[in-house]
Amino acid sequence: MSLQIGVPREVFPGEKRVATVPEVVEKLIKQGFRVAVEAGAGDAAQISDDAYRAAGAEVLADRSRLWATSDIVFKVRAPDAEEVGLLREGATLVSFIWPAQNPDLLKQLAARKATVLAMDSVPRISRAQKLDALSSMANIGGYRAVIEAAHEFGRFFTGSITAAGKVPPAKVFVIGAGVAGLAAIGAASGLGAIVRANDTRPEVADQIKSLGGEYVPVDYQEEGSGVGGYAKVMSEGFQKAQREVFAKQAREVDIIITTALIPGKPAPRLITEDMVKSMKQGSVIVDMAAEQGGNCELTVPGEVVVRHGVTIIGYKDLPSRLAKQASTLYGTNLFRLMEDMIKTKSIEGDAVRIDMQDEVLRGTTVIDKGEVTWPPPPPKLSAAPPAQAAKPAAATVKAKGHGEPGEPMSGTKTAVLFGAGALLFLLIGRYAPPSFLGHFTVFVLACFVGYMVVWNVKPALHTPLMSVTNAVSSIIAIGALVQIAPDLSKISADLSRPNEWIRWLSVLAIALATVNMFGGFAVTRRMLEMFRK
Amino acid sequence: MTSSLSAISYLGAAILFILCLGGLSNQETARRGNLFGIVGMAIAVVATIFGPQVAAAGLPYILGAMVVGAAIGLYAARVVKMTQMPELVALMHSLVGLAAMLVGYANYIDPAVSANLTPAEKTIHEIEMYVGVLIGAVTFSGSVIAFGKLSGRIGGKPVLLPGRHWLNLAGLLLVIWFGYAFVTAHGVAEGMTPMIVMTVVALLFGVHMVMAIGGADMPVVVSMLNSYSGWAAAATGFMLSNDLLIVTGALVGSSGAILSYIMCSAMNRNFISVIAGGFGTDSSAPAAAGAVQPAGEVTPINAAETAELLREAKNVVIVPGYGMAVAQAQHTVFEITRALRERGVEVRFGIHPVAGRMPGHMNVLLAEAKVPYDIVFEMDELNEDFPDTDVAMVIGANDIVNPAAQEDPTSPIAGMPVLEVWKAKTSIVMKRSMASGYAGVDNPLFYKDNNRMLFGDAKKMLDEVLVALKS
Repeated sequence: MSLQIGVPREVFPGEKRVATVPEVVEKLIKQGFRVAVEAGAGDAAQISDDAYRAAGAEVLADRSRLWATSDIVFKVRAPDAEEVGLLREGATLVSFIWPAQNPDLLKQLAARKATVLAMDSVPRISRAQKLDALSSMANIGGYRAVIEAAHEFGRFFTGSITAAGKVPPAKVFVIGAGVAGLAAIGAASGLGAIVRANDTRPEVADQIKSLGGEYVPVDYQEEGSGVGGYAKVMSEGFQKAQREVFAKQAREVDIIITTALIPGKPAPRLITEDMVKSMKQGSVIVDMAAEQGGNCELTVPGEVVVRHGVTIIGYKDLPSRLAKQASTLYGTNLFRLMEDMIKTKSIEGDAVRIDMQDEVLRGTTVIDKGEVTWPPPPPKLSAAPPAQAAKPAAATVKAKGHGEPGEPMSGTKTAVLFGAGALLFLLIGRYAPPSFLGHFTVFVLACFVGYMVVWNVKPALHTPLMSVTNAVSSIIAIGALVQIAPDLSKISADLSRPNEWIRWLSVLAIALATVNMFGGFAVTRRMLEMFRK
Repeated sequence: MTSSLSAISYLGAAILFILCLGGLSNQETARRGNLFGIVGMAIAVVATIFGPQVAAAGLPYILGAMVVGAAIGLYAARVVKMTQMPELVALMHSLVGLAAMLVGYANYIDPAVSANLTPAEKTIHEIEMYVGVLIGAVTFSGSVIAFGKLSGRIGGKPVLLPGRHWLNLAGLLLVIWFGYAFVTAHGVAEGMTPMIVMTVVALLFGVHMVMAIGGADMPVVVSMLNSYSGWAAAATGFMLSNDLLIVTGALVGSSGAILSYIMCSAMNRNFISVIAGGFGTDSSAPAAAGAVQPAGEVTPINAAETAELLREAKNVVIVPGYGMAVAQAQHTVFEITRALRERGVEVRFGIHPVAGRMPGHMNVLLAEAKVPYDIVFEMDELNEDFPDTDVAMVIGANDIVNPAAQEDPTSPIAGMPVLEVWKAKTSIVMKRSMASGYAGVDNPLFYKDNNRMLFGDAKKMLDEVLVALKS
């Protein structure tokens, strides 16, 4: 007897998605599950009951029996009151839940002693990407937003010159470059439009460019990355600067696609009525944040309205409008979740016991056996590195000698260093004869010159630099040269100088140093000849 | 030549040396920098030979010595293979050290030098001599051992005597004790004994120091010995009251010290701990037991499949390591690069600062194989591009691409900056076997899902890849 996964038909009005598709059913069965699908569950997504049957699923016409016999229920939309009533006590539900918006639902589910995994609460860490259903849905939504806009927009996207006249390319402005925004940028530029995009997180500029968009910055210094790679609420000053940028874009572009969301908060109002008025007749706004109230003041959630000659699309079900694709991706996300649960022994035999030590499962689980575990502790790692993490990285870069000035030393360290230096100088000044001091000055200054000169060297040239410094250090030959045959007439005759000894020592030293001198410069030259562009 | 003229020539030579080192910091100016060095050296030598300090009687000896030295030096520079550069540089350091020793001794037995000095000056001069010989001796013996290790004549594994830190400390105390005896000695004959004892101790110290350092730390050692040879020259300069020697020695000394520092930070190691020696013994023994050993399946691949992967890629990054140098595979690597570039594949090279056995070793090898230097990148320039890279090919490198440095805080190489090849869509590691690198750390990269292992000698495997690519 193995665990049964039940996939009921979605009951939410207009919802066309289904929580699994035949391809995924096969994989689930391979993992040892039994799968039951409610009759007609895949109809709206163009998946027939026969296809499910062929994949090995049992198709049940009796809705309440499906709910009652399933140990794990896969759903897309959060269950309504009736569905909560159908859920077997102690069963596991995997679905979008939106626990922050639906505290009552959470209570009801907890009362059923259910274990609930919310696909909207998957932590945003790299390991969990394969089960990040929000991203897969946002990806589809972004694509569909462009298609909807193209549908309402009265012109080509791509510019062209035809026999019948010139067609200017459409200009698209995307607000928010999250997964949805990036998908929209890619889709719109794929259709040939000129795409601009803005995001409060400056680090996404490169991603925007990589998809063919142009990054429109807001000229105001503030870091917009919140925890977990999401955006956060910005300051008043920033918002003012941002509104100015948006107002300017609104006058210029034909299509605006807004995707700005802040977790757990109503969508920020970014497009004012005045901006809508300033847009060209026939322009289109797609408000992907309609479900959370909308980024545009005039958005009517769930509907398409025309205001001041601008079509404003406020569909809340963009992913559902690409039902088959969305179902496939969502189903795969759920399958990956099951895989993770098996791997962490959260599913073992016939029991579901969530491994709360696993960061991904801990974050996703909102109710564990009737006990509300939401919200989870904050994630340890975020998609964008926090500011502290950036600092040591910068320090290592500096340490590699790219000519940047190093970090200033701490006060105590500097004081100790200078103290030691001063003591050393004091000792030398007190005891050393003047002739030594002259040389000492030269020595210390030369050390600093060497430090300054070499600090900028490129790593590729380390070897030539070493061989050239090696050649230069054969200057030691000078030391031997001055000893080999000094002007003997200047030396008082009563000193017995072992001339022979000195001479031969010096000759040997000169020969050794000369090997270095010629060899070092020649080999450096040979190496440098090879460095070609 | 008057003494003023020779002094001003020295100044000119010193300026040229500074320009020389400055020029070497960039590829465009490097050749000119080398030329400045040659001119500076020529001026210095000529000004000395024809200056007031050298009588005409010495000319034949000087000429003879220089002709012999120059012949040997030029010959060596011509025949050395680029893979042998580290050995050659180490050997040359030893010559400077030996020359410094000889000059020190010659200076000591010359009574004319200290005849007109005040007692304080005489003491200082003796200390200078003593220190000069000391540094020269350490440089000499250390470089000889480094040469032996780099050329494979001596095993690369660190040799650790019990209580080696105490031995070093005892050596230092001995040197100071004999230094005192040396300074207080009356006459040359009496001072010679402490001088010789000190030299022997210093030579032993040099041997001991380099013997204790593992092969992977060799870049630091080579640049450190480079630094020492500079200090030896500077000490000789003090001894002879010659500002040119002091300036040049200090330039070389500080540049070598900075290079050592750069190497150390590239390995995330403390300079002192590298010099104290014993990487891969002290630190990794407990860690190997305690750390989580990576486990899983490695996925082998053959040369034809490698060629297939490379051909289908848009973006390839090649990470060479010491293995490429050992196998002399750089020319084949370039041939593959060229074949791929002709197909429109973007090929770049990622160089870790401590790849190979001396600083910049890989760059020199690639340059020898005519790889254009504008597709050779440093670790920091390349690391963020790995997620967009289709294939990252690692040739004979291990520790510098070890993800444990970032993922496993208990790893002995934790925190060392590494090339993040595992972020590429596929990584291919060329290796002779599954043995671990110099640091003795197993590499979890090999077990990653997107990693493939191409086992075999790098040169042979790359030749096969090249043939498969061209077919």
